[in-house]
Amino acid sequence: MTVIEQTTGLPLALPPVRGEFELPSVIEPSADVERPLPLHERILQSTVFRRLVVVAVLAAVWEGYATWLDNPLMMPRLSDVVVALVSSLVSGGLFARILMTMKVLVIGYAVGIAAAAAITILASTTRFGSDVLSTLTSMFNPLPAVALLPLALLWFGLGMGSLVFVIVNSVLWAVALSTHTGFQSVSETLRMAGRCFGLKGLSLVAEILIPAALPSILAGLKIGWAFAWRTLIAAELVFGVSSGQGGLGWFIYENRNNLETANVFAGLLCVILIGLFVESVIFRTIERRTVRRWGMQKF
Amino acid sequence: MNMINQPQIKQAYTATDTKPVLSLKNVTLRYRTDASIVTAAYDVSFDVYRGDRFILLGASGCGKSSLLKAVGGFLAPVAGEIRLDGKIIDAPGPDRMMVFQEFDQLLPWKTILENVAYPMQKAKRWSAAEVRDRARVFTAKVGLEKFGDAYPHTLSGGMKQRVAIARAMAMEPKILLMDEPFAALDALTRRKMQDDLLELWSGTHSTILFVTHSIEEAVIVGSRILVLTPHPGQVRAEINSHQFAFSDMGSTEFGGLCGRIHHMLFTPCPRHPKGH
Ligand SMILES: Nc1ncnc2c1ncn2[C@@H]1O[C@H](COP(=O)(O)OP(=O)(O)O)[C@@H](O)[C@H]1O
Ligand SMILES: [Mg+2]
Repeated sequence: MTVIEQTTGLPLALPPVRGEFELPSVIEPSADVERPLPLHERILQSTVFRRLVVVAVLAAVWEGYATWLDNPLMMPRLSDVVVALVSSLVSGGLFARILMTMKVLVIGYAVGIAAAAAITILASTTRFGSDVLSTLTSMFNPLPAVALLPLALLWFGLGMGSLVFVIVNSVLWAVALSTHTGFQSVSETLRMAGRCFGLKGLSLVAEILIPAALPSILAGLKIGWAFAWRTLIAAELVFGVSSGQGGLGWFIYENRNNLETANVFAGLLCVILIGLFVESVIFRTIERRTVRRWGMQKF
Repeated sequence: MNMINQPQIKQAYTATDTKPVLSLKNVTLRYRTDASIVTAAYDVSFDVYRGDRFILLGASGCGKSSLLKAVGGFLAPVAGEIRLDGKIIDAPGPDRMMVFQEFDQLLPWKTILENVAYPMQKAKRWSAAEVRDRARVFTAKVGLEKFGDAYPHTLSGGMKQRVAIARAMAMEPKILLMDEPFAALDALTRRKMQDDLLELWSGTHSTILFVTHSIEEAVIVGSRILVLTPHPGQVRAEINSHQFAFSDMGSTEFGGLCGRIHHMLFTPCPRHPKGH
């Protein structure tokens, strides 16, 4: 046997032989097993707080840059935009535009989710349904929903119908795909446990598959929401005036034509704020109460 | 360590039943994959009586889990028949509760108490109040009364297995199917769990069909052991082990039995077609 040289140059180590000991009894566990984190650490743990910090930094950068540039037609200052935003909300009809947009969005989102649920249930209970879903999603998912706009206009005319059609298209495939993937990745053990309890068919879907796949379903709903929101604003920019009143996208377009740049930014700010609110408040709250509470998703 | 109630576990049987609860006759199980057909168990017959702690013992991949799944109603035999109380098994049902090796068998969106109560609610054999009480009692029986309102992800692996056992036992199934429930646990926890399972059993005398690949676990936990040959699983022997408990672990008889089983598992089976 070859002895490998110790590169430290020290002799081969041999620890000393020490005495044994055994403590008489179990030590009292200290009371300090669990205690709440101090307040400042809990605040730092809050995602909302950390995101607000990022927003504040961005706002400061914007204000500074616009002040330095001093060209309100191209780049109004944030403070001007906020003033424009408030005055548009109060008197400029921006609020009605937002309501209009939200109404179309909610209808389209709801119809899209209902359709996604129907298709996914069909896909997870029958093999044929699964083939249909895979084929349709691979066809429609890469298609930007706005590209269907000309067709929608042809079929549903200039109005809410076309917008809803386009939104349904952007929600449906994203939600159906991620829900189906979520169902497929539910562990065999959990399925077998459910069937042991006497669940099958739709009751298995409702009581085991949906909660077990909730992280994927929520991810799909988030993507669907983002798609729908962008699609809608884009569609409104193209043809916002429906039944005499346009939405948020149209507000932006109109103000650009009038060179009211602060208002354009105010409209964009609305788009961002609403998106941020839904993403950071609504979806975060749902996640916190469900998948994160259950340990199915960490961050 | 709380020692098991030895007189009850080790008693010489004065049998109460003469008819088996579960009976497998010449059962062959096959899987059809895209590429081939795999035989998981071949011509397996055995009877389980009420109060049995019946062990399926064999090397990994010899078809123990497949046999358990077939009893559970998840896998239909291609030949032979499986009868529970005389009735042929054709689907999963709440009269057979399964405890799996995997820790993810609990519903993560339900607390421990809700997990234990859930199958009882589905079974509708008990009133809502009874379900609540039973859930509490069985959670306490496995020593988790303090964790009733916790969610599964906050528990250790051993605790999750305890919940799964409580959930299954609370249903009072005709037979409890356990697929290597302690295999993923560390050695110390496993030892404690075996001990506690025996203690639980001595209070209920539930009928248990228990899969393991550990000879020692088979002899300690089981009252009767079915030894299976390597893949595909065939019956090699049926052995009594009700006379052994933890305290016998160092004894010569215990060691002798383990040695005998070891020999069976690792020498060629004369009946095996390929003779390996
Ligand atoms: N779902 C499956 N599809 C195909 N083959 C399988 C499947 N499950 C198990 N097998 C095969 O059947 C044999 C027995 O498996 P299993 O019953 O899980 O063995 P054990 O539980 O004794 O380790 C193995 O050869 C395994 O590869
Ligand atoms: Mg197995």
